[in-house]
Amino acid sequence: MNEGILVRADGLKVEFPSKAGPVVAVEDVSFQIGKGEIVCIVGESGSGKSVSSYSLMQLTKFSGGRISNGELTFYRRDGTVVDLRRAGEDRMRRIRGNEIGMVFQEPMTALNPAYTIGWQMAEGLRLHMGLTRRQADKRSLEMLRMVRISEPEKRLRQYPHELSGGMRQRVVIAMALACEPHLLIADEPTTALDVTVQAEILGLIDLLREETGAAILLITHDMAVVAQMADRVVVMHRGRKVEDGPVRQILQEPRHEYTKALLAAVPKLGDMSKRPGPEPMKIIGGYECAPAKPLVAGDSRLLTVGNLVKRFPIRGGIFGRTTANVHAVEDISFTVSENETLALVGESGSGKSVTGRAVLRLEEPDSGTVHFQGRDVLSLHPSDMRDLRRNMQMVFQDPYGSLNPQKRLCDQVAEPIRNFRLDEGSALDDRVATLFDRVHLPRSFLRRYPAELSGGQRQRVAIARALAPNPKFIVADEAVSALDVSVQAQVLNLMMELQADLGISYLFISHDMAVVERISHRVAVMYSGRIVETGSRRDVFENPRHDYTKALLAAVPTLDPDSSIRDRVKPISPPASPIHPAGYEPAPPEYREISSGHFVLRNASW
Amino acid sequence: MSEDRFDMDETRDARDFRVTPGDYFRAILKDKVALAAAAFLLILVVLTLGAEFFAPHRPMGLNLRDGLLPPFSVGSKGDYYLLGTDELGRDIFSRLIFGSRVSISVGLIGAGLSCLLGVALGLTAGYRGGLYEDIVMRLVDGMLSLPSLLVALFVLFVLGGGFVNLILVFSILHWMVFARMARGLALDARTATYVLAAKSLGTTELRIVFNHILPNVAAPIIVLFTLEIAILILSEASLSFLGFGVQPPDPSWGLMIADGREHIRSAWWLVTFPGLAIFLTALSLNLLANWVRAVTDPVQRWRWITSN
Repeated sequence: MNEGILVRADGLKVEFPSKAGPVVAVEDVSFQIGKGEIVCIVGESGSGKSVSSYSLMQLTKFSGGRISNGELTFYRRDGTVVDLRRAGEDRMRRIRGNEIGMVFQEPMTALNPAYTIGWQMAEGLRLHMGLTRRQADKRSLEMLRMVRISEPEKRLRQYPHELSGGMRQRVVIAMALACEPHLLIADEPTTALDVTVQAEILGLIDLLREETGAAILLITHDMAVVAQMADRVVVMHRGRKVEDGPVRQILQEPRHEYTKALLAAVPKLGDMSKRPGPEPMKIIGGYECAPAKPLVAGDSRLLTVGNLVKRFPIRGGIFGRTTANVHAVEDISFTVSENETLALVGESGSGKSVTGRAVLRLEEPDSGTVHFQGRDVLSLHPSDMRDLRRNMQMVFQDPYGSLNPQKRLCDQVAEPIRNFRLDEGSALDDRVATLFDRVHLPRSFLRRYPAELSGGQRQRVAIARALAPNPKFIVADEAVSALDVSVQAQVLNLMMELQADLGISYLFISHDMAVVERISHRVAVMYSGRIVETGSRRDVFENPRHDYTKALLAAVPTLDPDSSIRDRVKPISPPASPIHPAGYEPAPPEYREISSGHFVLRNASW
Repeated sequence: MSEDRFDMDETRDARDFRVTPGDYFRAILKDKVALAAAAFLLILVVLTLGAEFFAPHRPMGLNLRDGLLPPFSVGSKGDYYLLGTDELGRDIFSRLIFGSRVSISVGLIGAGLSCLLGVALGLTAGYRGGLYEDIVMRLVDGMLSLPSLLVALFVLFVLGGGFVNLILVFSILHWMVFARMARGLALDARTATYVLAAKSLGTTELRIVFNHILPNVAAPIIVLFTLEIAILILSEASLSFLGFGVQPPDPSWGLMIADGREHIRSAWWLVTFPGLAIFLTALSLNLLANWVRAVTDPVQRWRWITSN
């Protein structure tokens, strides 16, 4: 009985070699995909969701993985049935890219930077469909039209680096669909993209499913993506399937505790409406923490930033003169009070990270003023600046990159204490151990190395390190974006707990509106180097005035399976290019005050 | 209901990824070629360190009656000469063992000094940038365009040969490769988040360069260091062969080949064995460097470290 079924996995088990013998990555996983169906495998990192789907292509063996048990039945285009686990390499080559297409997470690396888009697209077509170069080019053009890319003829002649992330992902999808596969495996296809672009790509995938009739296996960590896309859902946890069923059932009547916890950990836009201050998230089954006192922002100014400008020169010509500037941060001003969280939201390229680094002088701004506790930060002598760093710390986005892989965790957390000679000897050891307690890490981790920890644990270490010199102010640059939802919720709660207990102020830089709604007192929305709207959290979320703020809010996926992504998202115009010829001075920003403290940019080009 | 239990505690995810010396030991046991190279170098080092103990004869002991004996011969006093003797009746095997002292110490110390100098300049140049980097790197370019053998000959001619001068000349002529590589690595590491993080923690620049960046870029430098030892051993042999290196009667492999040159038609063993010693040492170092590169490559590491 195979009516309408395309793939059936039965009792799948995949093992990876390790020092201590084989490690089971996936065990006893069964699922099936019907023709033309969208099945989502959802789970957090380490759940085995990618490994399960890679097994369908026998791709696990390239990283050492071995399918040691189970059956992977695939009903081929010509009506024959093949077990993908046992199929030989020859046969797999004919199936890969031809009957099963694949879209990877990172559109930057999935394309070969040395070849044009046209060449790369034609390669697969010539190989699998035996087309001539001319026919392949024609077909590539058709495919690019199908994925709704602008100016497709021009794109064929371009190299990957000339395209934006969203365009690249469209190209990758076009390539995966070029041979008309029956199954498209998409591994976190939108995770590396901005929310507005994510919404467009998800809409596109949904549209293409209708047009081509291909089934789609979508791997994601994001419950909101599941809600938007899936017909059926497989929930995975620690290498095992915990639950599967139709999307409505999983989202509305989850049976397994894990599914419930996963859903509870997703911050939902609108959860916080009408609430005065930030509130910690409910976490089922995990460490629960409630701030002892409500998170009320103080009145006195801690940080004042005025007319900050940062431009990156583009040099050209034989004399290496500056021919143009990237206006990364263009004349922005804001303040942060004591005990307050100001969220800086925007998409990639909006200048929010540069702003965070410029405030700490990790990047020297071109002009503007930064005052911290009344001191003029930008004119400080380097040695005074070093002293000031005691009070201004930073937590970076990538906990894999921000910890030195070659140093023990205790030494990394002790680093700022040593730098400022705050403690020595056993007092230092005690202080580091207390910091580990503070961020809820076991003391047995003190002597470990970063590679032995999970992402969430590493981010806790990074937070402990930032807390070590008892700072008053922390810049958190996408500090929870790289983390799994359940871990993200815990880290967010930790940050709020620390704010309540220690009175820290945060500059919370993020692209995630739902997270921002949860944690911030005030919000500033950045777009193409400028703050386009700023105000209290309730002002910005409940009464957004700038078109860009509205678009950002609309693009956030919801957990409601009834709202179709294609109906909601109107494509917004791509941001005005932040590159201007040398010597160009944009008009100063003018703001309109909507209500007390709620400002919207009036300048037309932004 | 027990089926439904799960935990959000992530501590279980922490796995032991650390590579211990024992793992490297097990890995090299599996690679026969690298094992042979390492074994050869180990034996060489042991022989060198205990030359007095292992050498059957005194390296400078003249015995004119037993001159130019072929390998495996017994001398007039019943001495056994494993690799034969030279024209003055000195035991080739013993001279090889003592000669390795010069070769290995010139290689190790020379490569070590040039590594220190090059890495210090290269890392700081790459991290600092600006005028300092320009000066250092133009100096590197300039030094690299010098014909190094000619310069070595000239300097040794002026200063005189000998062990110390040889090492000094080598250090001055060989630090540039290290500097170039270290600068490239520092350029890459400079933008790493952990470096930015260290900066935000108030870490001094010197400490960032040598305490944070250096441990992370050590692996390729070690590979280069190993290769450089081989190159210096070969250079020492050439210079000693030309008469500008170690002075007779001290034995050195290059010098032994130079001495044996006159008798190359009648006594092949005089040049063959020192030549073989140089060749095998350089080859072993190259093979070992290759292995070190493979096991320190984080992408390839699992192939070497895992159990099957």
